[in-house]
Amino acid sequence: MPVDTAVRPVRILVAKVGLDGHDRGVKVVARALRDAGYEVIYTGLRQTPEMVVDAALQEDAQVIGLSIHSGAHMTLFPAVVQELKRRKATDIIVFGGGIIPEDDIAALKKRGVAELFTPGTPLQDIVDWLRKRFPRGGS
Amino acid sequence: MKIRARDPKEVWQEEFDSKPSRDDGIETSTISGIPLKPLYTSADLPKREEEMPGVYPYTRGIHTSGYRGRLWTMRQFSGFATAEETNRRYKYLLANGQTGLSVAFDMPTLMGQDSDAPTSRGEIGHCGVAIDSLADMETLFDGIPLGEITTSMTINSPAAILLCMYIAVAEKQGVPASALGGTLQNDILKEFIAQKEFIFPPEPSMRLVVDSIEYCAKEVPKWNTISISGYHIREAGSTAAQELAFTLADGMAYVDACLERGMRIDDFASRLSFFFDAHIDFFEEVAKFRAARRIWARWMRERYGAQDERSIKLRFHTQTAGVSLTAQQPELNVARTAIEALAAVLGGTQSLHTNAMDEVLALPTDKAARIALRTQQLLAYETGVANTIDPLGGSYFVEALTDEMERQAEVYFKRIEELGGVIPAIEASFFQKEIADAAFRYQQELEQKRRLVVGVNEFTVDDEEPMDILRIDPKLEGEQVARVQAVRRKRDQARCSKALAALGKAAAGSDNLMPYILEAVRAYATEGEIMNTLIEVFGVYTEKAVI
Amino acid sequence: MSDIELARRFRAGDIRALARAISLVERRDPSVRELEEAPKGSTAEVVGFTGAPGTGKSTLVDALVSLLRKQKKSVAVIATDPNSPFTGGAILGDRIRMQRHALDPKVFIRSMGARGHLGGLSLATREAIRLLGAFGFDQVILETVGVGQSELEVAAVAGTTVVVLTPNLGDGVQMIKAGILEIADIFVVNKADLEGHQRVVMELRGMLSLSAPRAHAAGSPKAWKPPIIPTVAARQEGIEELWAAVEAHRRYLEASGQARELAEKRLKDETAEVVAELAREQARQALGEDAGLTARLMEDGTPYRAAEEIVTRLGRGLKPPAREH
Repeated sequence: MPVDTAVRPVRILVAKVGLDGHDRGVKVVARALRDAGYEVIYTGLRQTPEMVVDAALQEDAQVIGLSIHSGAHMTLFPAVVQELKRRKATDIIVFGGGIIPEDDIAALKKRGVAELFTPGTPLQDIVDWLRKRFPRGGS
Repeated sequence: MKIRARDPKEVWQEEFDSKPSRDDGIETSTISGIPLKPLYTSADLPKREEEMPGVYPYTRGIHTSGYRGRLWTMRQFSGFATAEETNRRYKYLLANGQTGLSVAFDMPTLMGQDSDAPTSRGEIGHCGVAIDSLADMETLFDGIPLGEITTSMTINSPAAILLCMYIAVAEKQGVPASALGGTLQNDILKEFIAQKEFIFPPEPSMRLVVDSIEYCAKEVPKWNTISISGYHIREAGSTAAQELAFTLADGMAYVDACLERGMRIDDFASRLSFFFDAHIDFFEEVAKFRAARRIWARWMRERYGAQDERSIKLRFHTQTAGVSLTAQQPELNVARTAIEALAAVLGGTQSLHTNAMDEVLALPTDKAARIALRTQQLLAYETGVANTIDPLGGSYFVEALTDEMERQAEVYFKRIEELGGVIPAIEASFFQKEIADAAFRYQQELEQKRRLVVGVNEFTVDDEEPMDILRIDPKLEGEQVARVQAVRRKRDQARCSKALAALGKAAAGSDNLMPYILEAVRAYATEGEIMNTLIEVFGVYTEKAVI
Repeated sequence: MSDIELARRFRAGDIRALARAISLVERRDPSVRELEEAPKGSTAEVVGFTGAPGTGKSTLVDALVSLLRKQKKSVAVIATDPNSPFTGGAILGDRIRMQRHALDPKVFIRSMGARGHLGGLSLATREAIRLLGAFGFDQVILETVGVGQSELEVAAVAGTTVVVLTPNLGDGVQMIKAGILEIADIFVVNKADLEGHQRVVMELRGMLSLSAPRAHAAGSPKAWKPPIIPTVAARQEGIEELWAAVEAHRRYLEASGQARELAEKRLKDETAEVVAELAREQARQALGEDAGLTARLMEDGTPYRAAEEIVTRLGRGLKPPAREH
């Protein structure tokens, strides 16, 4: 296909799940992803797992990035993974960020969250991680 | 040999210029990006009449006697899990010398929904205590005499409801509302700007704020009706100058709204209080606090014509910067917090919360909470910093930086005015954009190692020792849900329905809503039911994405 | 998803297959084109919204979606934002204003980055619209921020183009970009509760009365005069009036014969663009593979002889290039 139009950026749906409104981190990450050449669909605050997955399907996103600072990550992150299963869309990768203790990170990975980034993570680490998952742009 | 008397400043400059500077690439501007000179001298000292503590414009403090008269209030923000557990923590803190309470609510409470709402799942009791109805509030303050302590409540969209619950608990203890002292955060503008815990659109939100201010001016006169907060603006990534400017602009917007309601400035202005962040850039923070008092005093007197001295004095609470804490080598947070707390004290704060070292990971454990409180006690009683009033006053550097803060704030006031005021500026996403830009800039400086955070982008260790953290028992969620449902079963349903219907009707009109909310609270209407009644009339707000 | 699987799921009404098909047309992949062939009578009607940033387009679209849902119509929204020309990245945030339609299966919202498509966004958008129609959506709403050429692209695709203005942006109508009067079928003055909205309406009226009447089909009763509709989208005010104007415009297009004319013209234009696209691809391939051609090209120092040669070869019928994976 035409060189200049065929390169489809990876589409990443970025959402705040849960009730807290602390969006500093999610916005900084969204900007960094944009600058790294990704198409970021930001769905804003207070998204339920159902809303996140529904939007990801409509947007044909390959990746879902979730942010939470309220401590409800053990409930809401796995709920998004479950909802993806229910909608038969387990090929969509879920990663998360926020205040998440070490033990919880291991538990969440077991439950299907691909990666978790905690405060202090260099933005480049997130970009590098995505580049590894999608070495040739969007599929 | 004849020695020519040269200006020592020139001598120093020559010497300084001849020496190499460090070339580690680290920024020498403040953390907010204000360029700093290597040295400040008498030439940098602003020319003005000498300022004194307790004297207009109060740059050096609002009290003539500083901390000689009275130390700051050590007020640790806390709350978690259930009302019962938090009640135990409060009694523990009071027994350990804390002098005031400060209530942290959980996310469902902050967002005005009951524990059995579907979206409360996973959130109950995590960031604070779960309060659904007056019954929970009675438990929260059980055995704590509300006439003898002061309480600060960090809540915004549903602030009026929680205040009414507090008043109702006091009634049951036999304490009249007029005897109650404390602070309600009640600052909805900074929610739109930064923390995003808004529910209603700006206009009805402002109405509720003004309703509570108007009501308290008559009925709860010792209550600080609003705590106009820069803390969350700063934590969202703003610079110090933005925190200062946006917060004071919000303050003026509240004043304007009260005047529009027909109140007289001196009837309410003395009960307005402020809440700032104490970040890690020490001198910048001290300058910010000093500038805040001077600006507020000037605007209140010159623009609003306040006569009462208490209307002109800016009183503020401070919390050390949560955003400065690191999950890496978290013990270092004790040192960070101590330095930030010192800035708050030297900046003349009226009350202070020091963060616990593990707050970046979860709610503080008992031990971490105690160390945090002890840090304040150490400052107050060991270091001697409280012995001299405004000890940094007259410092060439601090005075120059205070003026610079003031100058930058005034530039922002102008821009906000050009945008038509605070609410139009919110709707145009002005603040949100400024803050997001500042946050991104700072993050890039970290990435490029132009700023270092110890343990994060330098001086790291590979094997972090895990810390014990406080875990919320997952059982609690079901228990709290059962509790609110029991309240609904047991109450006088007719009285409750009647109170909610009256509230809905009043909301559609223009009455002050406080008496209606108070009656609904007394009838054990839940927080969610009261909020939903208001949502029916006011609608909900969705913000535009500004990244 | 294989092509066959995709087609099967698309026809079975699987939202994910629709979403994937749109992704494919976005990168000009021809493999889903058969899906665009709509069953009779299932062509979606398209209304486009454009206007400066901050005019409340998303809120307006959200309000319109609510109205259409009350009328039991299914609605798809395509919201476009510009991509960075440097990195190709973008932040697409228009969904946020349409949250209340989340989880409504009859509302489909898709954000598109207007990334450097040759021929602009319109080719991909047209294909996406056909897909949405074939999938069964009654109405398609296009929303694009009016910067650069994007509003012209909306007008080239939509049946009815709505230009959104507000009283609080700069110097009222003075801010209207050149060319916008020509593309607007309807003007909306949103945020009509703000001071100055009367002035915007008056100025707009003045400008419209000065501008030449829109070219219209011979024999049609009279030219369409773009109405000016005040709205307060945040309070759902004026939305019914706006929709009535859209429907009136559609009736006008039908009655005047312009609907057919327009459809024909657009299909011809699009065909020309598709031909150009195909030819460009063939040319690239020829230039990439043929060392002799490249040598002659460099010798000439100008492209014309090589171009002629390629066109001649095209005339002889080169086989279409294989699809890349």
